[in-house]
Amino acid sequence: MSLRNRELLHLLAAGLLVGIGFASVYLAREAVVSPSAVAYVAVVGAVLLLGHATVRLTIPFADPYVLPVAGLLTGIGMTLIYRIDPDRALRQSVWVAIGLGVFVVVCALLTDHRSLDALKYTLGVASVVLLALPMIPGLGETINGARLWIRLGPIEFQPGELAKVLLVVFLAGYLRDNREALRGRGRLPLPSPKHAGPLLLVWGGAMLVLLGTNDLGGGLLYFSVFVAMLYVATGRATYVVTGLGLFAAGALAVYRVTPHVADRVQIWLHPFDDPSDKGYQLVQSIYAIASGGMFGTGLGRGVLETPSGTTYIPYLETDFIYAALSQELGLAGAAGVVLLFLVLAYRGLRIAMLADDGFSKLLATGLTVSIAIQAFIIVGGVTGLIPLTGITLPFVSYGGSSIVANFLALALLLVVSDSVNRRSFGIQERQAIRLLRERRRP
Amino acid sequence: MNAEIRRVFIVLACLFAALVGMGTYWLWRAPDLEARRDNPSLVVRQVTVKRGLIYASDGRTVLASNVRREVQGRTWFLRRYPRAGLAAHAVGYSTLGRSRAGLEESQNDFLTGSNGDFSTALDRLKDKVAGDVQEGNHLVTTLDATAQRVALDALGSSCGAAVALEPATGRVLVLASTPTYDPNDVESDFAAIEGIRAQCDDPAPLLDRATQGLFIPGSTFKLVTAAAAIDSGRYDEDSTFLDRGYCIRYGKRVTNYADQDGPEVFGRVTLAESMEHSINAVFCDIGTELGPQLLLDYAKRFGFYAKPPLDLPSQERVASGLYEDGELYEPRAASDVDVGRLAFGQERLLATPLQMAMVTAGIANGGLVMKPHLVDRLLEPDGSILTTTRPEALGQAISPDAAAQLSRMMELVVESGTGTAAQIAGVRVAGKTGTAETGRDGRNDTWFVAFAPAESPTVAVAVALSDQAGTGGATAAPIARRIIESLLRSSA
Repeated sequence: MSLRNRELLHLLAAGLLVGIGFASVYLAREAVVSPSAVAYVAVVGAVLLLGHATVRLTIPFADPYVLPVAGLLTGIGMTLIYRIDPDRALRQSVWVAIGLGVFVVVCALLTDHRSLDALKYTLGVASVVLLALPMIPGLGETINGARLWIRLGPIEFQPGELAKVLLVVFLAGYLRDNREALRGRGRLPLPSPKHAGPLLLVWGGAMLVLLGTNDLGGGLLYFSVFVAMLYVATGRATYVVTGLGLFAAGALAVYRVTPHVADRVQIWLHPFDDPSDKGYQLVQSIYAIASGGMFGTGLGRGVLETPSGTTYIPYLETDFIYAALSQELGLAGAAGVVLLFLVLAYRGLRIAMLADDGFSKLLATGLTVSIAIQAFIIVGGVTGLIPLTGITLPFVSYGGSSIVANFLALALLLVVSDSVNRRSFGIQERQAIRLLRERRRP
Repeated sequence: MNAEIRRVFIVLACLFAALVGMGTYWLWRAPDLEARRDNPSLVVRQVTVKRGLIYASDGRTVLASNVRREVQGRTWFLRRYPRAGLAAHAVGYSTLGRSRAGLEESQNDFLTGSNGDFSTALDRLKDKVAGDVQEGNHLVTTLDATAQRVALDALGSSCGAAVALEPATGRVLVLASTPTYDPNDVESDFAAIEGIRAQCDDPAPLLDRATQGLFIPGSTFKLVTAAAAIDSGRYDEDSTFLDRGYCIRYGKRVTNYADQDGPEVFGRVTLAESMEHSINAVFCDIGTELGPQLLLDYAKRFGFYAKPPLDLPSQERVASGLYEDGELYEPRAASDVDVGRLAFGQERLLATPLQMAMVTAGIANGGLVMKPHLVDRLLEPDGSILTTTRPEALGQAISPDAAAQLSRMMELVVESGTGTAAQIAGVRVAGKTGTAETGRDGRNDTWFVAFAPAESPTVAVAVALSDQAGTGGATAAPIARRIIESLLRSSA
C-alpha cells in the first residue's frame, strides 16, 4: 500500500472514531445539544480530507501517520468541546479550517524547507517580538493571571503559540551553524563568549518572558525545547544539566518575587489545603479524573456542569480539557490520548533521525519536542504531577492560536519528512513521481 | 545526532508514562476523594436520587419534599421544605452547596436509599436495571406539627428552645429553637438567614438551641439534687431544714433568689416546701451534705456528661455538665467544686434543653429515662413500613418511690409555688422553674420544666430562654403551659 493510501485509511478510521464520539454525545445530551452538530463533524472531516489531498499532491513522500494522529486528536478535541459547549465547537471548527488553510499554503508554497535557514534571524527576531506583544499596554490582555493574549477588535490571539514555531526554526538554523563551537573541546563544553552569548540571551529572554507575562508554562516550554535542541546539536548532556539548573534557579527567583507563581507551587504541593478557593481548579480537576475510573462515565454522561449550567472547572474546554476527557472516557481514554502524543513524538523524531542534514534534524526535533512537551506540561499540571500552568493541549484544547500554530508546525514537519524520504529513495523529484505512477498501473 | 534524538524520545516516553501513572494514582485514591463533600460527582449523585419525604408524626404533614428539574439533560431532584422554619432544626437541610444538617444528614443513607438494608438494596438494583430514578425511603418523625407551631409562636422573638418528650417512650414531640430559619434559604438566599435578628446579641439561627444550646440550668437542677437526696436514702420530701436566708460556703454568703410572693427568709421548712419556693439556702446545705461526687453521679444517671443519644448528627448534639474554658470538665477532688452552688444549678454547670427534658421525663416515667428519638418509622418508596423505632431505656436513674416524691413536690411548685403560671384548668401539672443569673443584669437564663398530667404523664417539657429580665416562672412557664395544652389536646 502506498504511503498516501495508508494515510487515507488511517484518516478514515480517525473520522469514524470521531463520528462515533459525536453520536454518543448527541445521544446522551439530546435535550441540550443541537442536531446541527453534524455540520461540525463534516467541517472537520472535510478539512482533514482536504489536508490529505494537499499532502498527496504536494508532498507525497511525507510520513503517513502524522496527519491521521493529529486529525484524531483534533477530532477528540472537537467532540469534547462540543460536549462542553456546542457554540464553541462551531468556533473551533472555523479555527480548524483556518489552521488547515495555513497547512495547505505551507505545503504548497514551501518547496524546500531549507530555504527557511536563510530567514532564521528574521524569524528569531519575529518570535521575540511576538512574545513581547502582550506586554505592550493597551494591546495585551491578562487572563487568569498571565499576560499572554493580544486583542485586535473581536479577535483574541495568543502570539506565544506562533512564536514557539518560529523560535524552533531559528534555533535549528543557529544551532546547526554553531554546533561545533558549542560542543567545545575536552570533557566540559566551554564555548567561547562569542558563542555562549546567544545562549545566555535565549535563557535571559525566556526568563524575561516568564517575568513579563507570568507564564511559567510558556517559559518551561521554550526552555525545554531549547535544551533538547541544544543537546541534539552538541551531544553534551552537560547542557541539559546546567540548562535545567539555570531554569530552576531562575524559576526559584521568580517564585520568590512573583506571588502568582508562588501560589501555583503552593497549590501543587498542597492542593487540598484550600479546596474551595486557591486550590479549587486543581482539586476539581482531580475529582473529575478520579471519578472517571478506568473507562469513564461515557461521553456526555460525566458531571461537568453545575445546575446553573456553568462548568465546575473553569477553563474546562481549554486548559482543563484533559480532566473532562479523563472523566468521560476514563483512564483508558486519557491514556489513549497520551499514547497518541507518544506516537506523534515517535513519528516526528523518526523523521529527524532519517534526515541527513543538521538543519532538518534539528527542525524536526524541535517541532516534535515542542508539541510533546506542551502536552506534558498541561496534562502534568492538570493531574497534579507538576505545578499547574495555563497552556493548551495541542490539537485538543479550544483555542484559535493554538490550533493554527500547531497545524503550521505539522505542515513544516511533513515538508521535512517529504524531502527526507525523497532523498532516502535517492531519486530526483520528477523521477520519483513517475515511478510512483508506474507502480500504480496494473 | 541520532543517538541523542533517541534519548530525547526515551525521555519523552518516560514523561508520558509518568502522566499515565499519575492518572492511575488518582484512580487508586478515588474512594477517599469520592467521600469529600465538595466532590461534584458525589453531590450530583445525591441530587439525581429522589430523596424520601420527611413527615410529621401524623404521616401527612410534609416537612421535606422534592422538586424535579431538568438541568443539562439530567433530572435533578432539589429539596424543598414546604413548612419553612417549622421543624428546621430537627429536619435540617440538604443542599448542593452547603451540604446537610439535621435528620437530612443523620438519616441520609435511608433518605437516599443507599442504606445497607437488604430490601432497599434490592429495590435500588431493580431501579438500576429498569433505568428508573433511584428512590429513597420516606421518614415519619415523632414531631407533632401543631405543637411545634405553638412552641415556635410561644417562644416568639426570644432566643431559646423548647423540647417535649413522651416520658414512657422517649418520642420527641417538639424540638423547637428560636430564632428559626427557612431551610429553603440555605441554598438560595443565605443572606436572608444571616440577616435574622432576635432578642439576643448572637441570634445564630442555624444553631439548634434545643440540642446544642448550653444554658445555666439554675434551679431546675434542684430536681437532680433532690433526686440524689431522696434516692440515696438520706432525705425524703418531709425532711425539715432551717432556712436562714443564706448559706455560707468558703466564707461567701449565698442568698436566696428573691421570690416575688414569699418571705425572704422561710425559717423551718420541709424539702417539699423548699422545692415549692425554690429556696437556694436549703439546697446549698443539702449539696454540702451530699458532696459533689454524688450530685454529679446522679446527674450522669439522667444523661449528663454524655451526648444525648438522639438520632441527630453527633456534631449537632452537646453534652451537659460542668464546663471550664469551653470544655466539659470532670472535677478530680471535692474541693474543686463549689458544691453548695452546684446544688442549685450554678457553679460552672451548663445544660441543654434536651438534657433537662430528659431529667423531667425520667422523673415522670417513674425514674426510668428513655432514649429520646425523632425517627418514628421509615417507609419504603411505596409507603409500606421498613422499620419502626422501638422505645429503648437508657437506665433507671432513681427509684419509682423517689420519682413519686419528686412528682408531688413539683406539683406543689405549680399549685402554689414559683410556677403557678403553668397551671392548666382540670390538669395536674408538675413543674420546676429556673432563673439563672449570668452575672449581667437583665440577661438571665430562665427555665421551666414540667410534665402532665401528673398522675399519668404523657408529656414532659423543657423550655429555656436566654437574655431574660424576668424569672423562669414569669417568662418560660407560660410557654411550657401552651405547649402542654397543645399536646394534651392532640393526644385527647
